[in-house]
Amino acid sequence: MEHAVYIAWAYAGAAAFVAALSLWVVWDARRVARRLKALEDRGIRRRSAGSAP
Amino acid sequence: MTAAAAARKPNWFSRLAHPGRFLAWSRLVVLPLAVLTVIVFAIGLWFAFFNSPEDYQMGDMVRVMYIHVPNAWLSQFVYATMTASALGTLVWRHPLADVAGKAAAPLGAAFTALALYTGALWGRPTWGTFWEWDGRMTSTLVLLLIYLGIIALWRAFDDQLRAGRVVAIVTLVGALNLPVIKFSVDWWNTLHQPASVFTAEGPKMAPSILTPLMVMMAAFTLLFATLHIVGMRTEILRRRAETMARQAALAAGDAG
Repeated sequence: MEHAVYIAWAYAGAAAFVAALSLWVVWDARRVARRLKALEDRGIRRRSAGSAP
Repeated sequence: MTAAAAARKPNWFSRLAHPGRFLAWSRLVVLPLAVLTVIVFAIGLWFAFFNSPEDYQMGDMVRVMYIHVPNAWLSQFVYATMTASALGTLVWRHPLADVAGKAAAPLGAAFTALALYTGALWGRPTWGTFWEWDGRMTSTLVLLLIYLGIIALWRAFDDQLRAGRVVAIVTLVGALNLPVIKFSVDWWNTLHQPASVFTAEGPKMAPSILTPLMVMMAAFTLLFATLHIVGMRTEILRRRAETMARQAALAAGDAG
């Protein structure tokens, strides 16, 4: 394949970038979900969701 | 139902875009959308490597186009999404608008960086250089800097509602760069080829090359949609958590 090195770098770089971006989005979502659960476990509720028992 | 009651009733879009409802329905679409993204990527990569002819001028380097053009398209499409969100924030004060804008910014920056990276690797064997300060490349680099500035601006404010209004104004000013990127290849002498996909006369490519390109564009656009929905859900929940933490701190202060 002509210019195989450039094609390989382009696809490998794009794959690594997309994987890193996707993992960051999922990691951020899990981190926020854990924080929310920790607050709820402490009995803290949003005012609109009613007060804690 | 009276006319006044009908006028007060939110339309279907407003109901769907209510943060609570958005969390409910978006939860159901994330997994199917992610699976669809993987399937379309698999089809696109199969086309790109096993069912695409060499280009008569650039040979196998045409395969780099299948990842460069979708990222270049998304770099502008994501910014257009942010511009629509900015209008939603400033004109309609929609609660989900600045959430959508904030979640899109890092994705847009990533797609723009990828467009520049793949463009440089495409440029070296076809033009003889990784980089040239011409209109298209320079205005795309400016777009990346605008994205990074917007991300920094979001982080500079503790009050995210206030940040949303400031960022919306900056986003609208930055949107002036979009027509510059689009028409830079017509306005100035440039190494970059003129538009060959989105033209008034339609795409100027052979179907054997256009098909893999369109499939890869669909795959990257689906990737953006999936990551954007997850990012918006995260931002809504982050704001909920911050509100709850503030309420808890206030309650603790009152009790003390």
